[in-house]
Amino acid sequence: MLVLAIDTATLAVTAGVVSVDRETGAARPLAERVTLDARAHGELLTPHVLDAVGDAGHGLADLDAIACGVGPGPYTGLRAGMVTAAALSHSLGVPAYPVCTLDAIAASAEPGEPFRVLTDARRREVYWADYDAEGRRLDGPHVDKPAELTPAARVLDHEQPTPLGIVEAAKAAILSGAQPDPLTPLYLRRPDATEPGTRKRVSTS
Amino acid sequence: MSRIVMGIESSCDETGVGLVRLHDDGTVELLADEVASSVEQHARFGGVVPEVASRAHLEAMVPTAQRAFATAGLELSDVDAIAVTAGPGLAGALLVGVSAAKAYAAALGVPLYGVNHLAGHIAVDTLQHGPLPAPALALLVSGGHTQLLRVDDIAGKITEIGSTVDDAAGEAYDKVARLLELPYPGGPPIDKAAKNGDPTAIAFPRGMTGPRDARFDFSFSGLKTAVARWVEAAQRRGEEIPVDDVAASFQEAVADVLTAKAVRAATESGIGTLVISGGVAANSRLSSLAAERCEAAGIELRVPRPRLCTDNGAMIAALGAHVVAAGCAPSSLDFSANPALPVSTVSL
Ligand SMILES: [Zn+2]
Repeated sequence: MLVLAIDTATLAVTAGVVSVDRETGAARPLAERVTLDARAHGELLTPHVLDAVGDAGHGLADLDAIACGVGPGPYTGLRAGMVTAAALSHSLGVPAYPVCTLDAIAASAEPGEPFRVLTDARRREVYWADYDAEGRRLDGPHVDKPAELTPAARVLDHEQPTPLGIVEAAKAAILSGAQPDPLTPLYLRRPDATEPGTRKRVSTS
Repeated sequence: MSRIVMGIESSCDETGVGLVRLHDDGTVELLADEVASSVEQHARFGGVVPEVASRAHLEAMVPTAQRAFATAGLELSDVDAIAVTAGPGLAGALLVGVSAAKAYAAALGVPLYGVNHLAGHIAVDTLQHGPLPAPALALLVSGGHTQLLRVDDIAGKITEIGSTVDDAAGEAYDKVARLLELPYPGGPPIDKAAKNGDPTAIAFPRGMTGPRDARFDFSFSGLKTAVARWVEAAQRRGEEIPVDDVAASFQEAVADVLTAKAVRAATESGIGTLVISGGVAANSRLSSLAAERCEAAGIELRVPRPRLCTDNGAMIAALGAHVVAAGCAPSSLDFSANPALPVSTVSL
């Protein structure tokens, strides 16, 4: 089956097409388009999707499923990826599966020791989650100052997920054929907004 | 053969999806107008919080589109073109609508038009009152805009004649409402209170009406301050605030300046049609005073019904239909939203 991978939770605008064998679950990346520019999520994502699908020798109508990173991500562009996945799902009639972006990064980890995935949360903070040696998430995702974290045995320094990683992280759900979970963003932070206090007087006297 | 145009709006705190039918004779028929508003989430902040609005747009976009198609009894495959608000508006909010529109256009294989939100407020009038005579004058008044526009061609040529130099008219309503301890947004409660008040009770200033002021620009910051000073002085004297009279006198000042300048601009340019649109267009005193003054000046006044005046997807679909009918080239799929899109750019 043909799965479209999308993520805009990092500064990358990521789109790719991955073929997944329904029987064995083997996943193979066919084409991808990635641009590192946090301001270009809204501009480039759909063109990247079309180009990646075209490079894979297909059209959008051939897609069987979508896997979409839902953060955590510090950029307003996180929503560009998610709404693109939701609108494609609606108009193509295919399911869209949410993926924690840190899990998608973790899916590319070399086997070995337990590890931590860190991404830039801006404002001098990081998003992080801890995984066991098999890549199962044990803790997180959280947002914290780096100095507040306990040391980790191994830290993955990938700054963004690959299309293959995104699909790997969604693969169990995709192959189960189950109804996808809703595409709910992992914001981890509340919006910056303060309720007005008492009004300032304008009179000087 | 008629064509179906889908319109997507997300420039501020309303997620809107509209569907219209563009007939061969150029008339545009409204089929669906679904809106999800986040206004209640902003109430406790006393104004629109961009991040809160953006989060709400993401949640509401596809469900609102689904409702629009269900209401119209149409399938997605019936759509012939998509229009989306490219600006002006809040950057993060615009991004959600623009991204969704690109995905819909790519999936459906139809042309996409990034269009101007302000022009949409004018185009929406054609859904109710039919083709707009050219030239026409438009007065846009809402929480975000206060503009006088000359419309030579709704699909291509719109020129700004004047705008506010500080607060938008609707913003002044919100601030005065807060001062009078009335709820947000301020327009409806002030309008309601004003009905029981005396509009001549307090002589609030008419901003930008001096001999040396720009003739078609507006200013509401001084008026807001004048109301605040008056209320504070009354409080200092230990008097109870006559909320109804303050609301009526404030509203009179706003309606007076807006209609006087709009009618003068139309008269001086020999324009015979005035459209008033935007959220504040629903204000009862603004529309009654405009009707009175337009009639005296021999100007046709067109005010879309309140539901069409506030931000919605139907206005963007209507504008999209006019842009399609005019044969304009579609936008490239890599365009970006422009929070400061000038009104002279009707479509990208
Ligand atoms: Zn508006």
